[in-house]
Amino acid sequence: MSLTRKTAAELGALIASGEVSAVEVTQAHLDRIAEVDGEIHAFLHVAADAALEQASAIDAKRAAGERLGPLAGVPVAHKDVFTTKDMPTTAGSKILEGYRPPYDATITARLREAGLVILGKTNLDEFAMGSSTENSAYGTTHNPWDLGRIPGGSSGGSSAAVASYQAPLSTGTDTGGSIRQPAAVTGIVGMKPTYGGSSRYGVIAFASSLDTPGPFARNVLDAALLHEAFSGHDVMDTTSIHSEVPPVVEAARRGDVSGLRVGVVKEFGGEGYQAGVLARFQDSVELLESLGAKVVEVSCPSFTYALPAYYLIAPSECSSNLARFDGMRYGLRVGDDGTHSAEEVMALTRAAGFGAEVKRRIMLGTYALSSGYYDAYYGSAQKVRTLIARDFEAAFHQVDVLISPTTPTTAFPIGERADDPMAMYLADLCTIPANLAGNAAISVPCGLADEDGLPVGLQIMAPVLGDDRCYRVAAALEKAFESRWGGPLLKEAPAL
Amino acid sequence: MSAITRDEVAHLARLSRLALADTELDHYAAQLDVIIGAVARVAEVATDDIPPSSHALPLTNVYRPDEVRRCLTPEQALAAAPAVQDSRFRVPRILGEEA
Repeated sequence: MSLTRKTAAELGALIASGEVSAVEVTQAHLDRIAEVDGEIHAFLHVAADAALEQASAIDAKRAAGERLGPLAGVPVAHKDVFTTKDMPTTAGSKILEGYRPPYDATITARLREAGLVILGKTNLDEFAMGSSTENSAYGTTHNPWDLGRIPGGSSGGSSAAVASYQAPLSTGTDTGGSIRQPAAVTGIVGMKPTYGGSSRYGVIAFASSLDTPGPFARNVLDAALLHEAFSGHDVMDTTSIHSEVPPVVEAARRGDVSGLRVGVVKEFGGEGYQAGVLARFQDSVELLESLGAKVVEVSCPSFTYALPAYYLIAPSECSSNLARFDGMRYGLRVGDDGTHSAEEVMALTRAAGFGAEVKRRIMLGTYALSSGYYDAYYGSAQKVRTLIARDFEAAFHQVDVLISPTTPTTAFPIGERADDPMAMYLADLCTIPANLAGNAAISVPCGLADEDGLPVGLQIMAPVLGDDRCYRVAAALEKAFESRWGGPLLKEAPAL
Repeated sequence: MSAITRDEVAHLARLSRLALADTELDHYAAQLDVIIGAVARVAEVATDDIPPSSHALPLTNVYRPDEVRRCLTPEQALAAAPAVQDSRFRVPRILGEEA
């Protein structure tokens, strides 16, 4: 079997035992990128030389008798929202074209410490704002299942890279669903850890109270291995949780749901949901029951207000965070010809450097925070946030995990929602509550929709610091589904 | 009734330091009107007795040890600057002629 078809766990074991070298594994993935990324456009930057150098350092360590970690020498594709001092970091924006950060994000540093080989930086919606990668200033990424469709977003380059075997693992950030939604629509696993469980230091900020880095992989165990490799307390992030990383790898290996209480979120389903998505969700419910879980319906009435609350809170925070892009210290500067004041240069720079969605959200946030509107908009949204946390709390008194479809529909055609912001925002309908409350949540493949043959994701939500429960349920489902399908869902994807 | 007018968008653009073209103002006014109309629903359930949450984590005043550590050199800090002069960020004029 080709090295690019292997799991991260398998590759790590092969490298540690010396059966293959990290350089061979890296080269195989670089070859795959050269072969298919012209069609997919998952990468904004491929760091071939740096990757091979890193891989050969791993091989040298092994030759010197050093014990290697489980992911040493395994390639990873890194979302271009994490700073990397040896690679450009653009956040998908023209305003940061060619920008080279002077420091590594904590997640970047931890990938390197774990011996992971960074293949390059992946495409995203500009500043992680979007659900399709169509908002990237550097072109849209294509879904490996159907090149005419979106790969999800904002971490669409990362999902597409893993789903097209260009990397066994990738990183993402999830502010309203930006890991789980792309994972769902490309047929892979994507995890949003508990807020504060993975460091935001060096993540170019979108909405700081929501942004959460997390892993993508083609299977549950690989996602858990990457999760464990980069998680844990960071003194450089003031919102980092000071506690042990939940036992995610152990949970992914265990994969058992007997006696587990599972709640189906009553509010997520029905009108606006694609029939094939609901059918695969129903399969998942029945499968969980057959595996010994006790499934009940749970009502979370405030969840229907999560989407509007999110589209006030996230733009408000973004309007503040993106004030730093003023053309003075780094990035683009426009109009500095001696005839414009500093303020005019800032306004010209930002108008030229930001795309339409970013401008929309900055103005929306500015509106929501304006005196006279603050109480009705941002203030009310913060109250809804309290209600959503209360709904979760009440639900987790009754059940151990909550489930829902990850997305209301499968991957939509490129261009279909590009000029309709509200339609685009609906892609995050089911994923947003976990961001607002800070909970852990994962998306795992649960089959193909009958009407279009495209992948459907199941979302599993657990309490704060209950990340291991997400992996436990996801692993049990993965095992049962794969025995039914005769292998991973991705084997159904068309060859590239 | 529309929630947001073209003039309001022009005001928001000024506050946001975005030099928008006149043609863009109409486009954004229409879109922001739809979005604001949809998100205004939050007021339906936001009653006075509910405390607001700004954050998922109940953390306040987080400090790390006050230790001297290495920081960026001036060269590193200035490496990505659009314009540099005398080891400093060179910026456009910020004071009026009279100043």
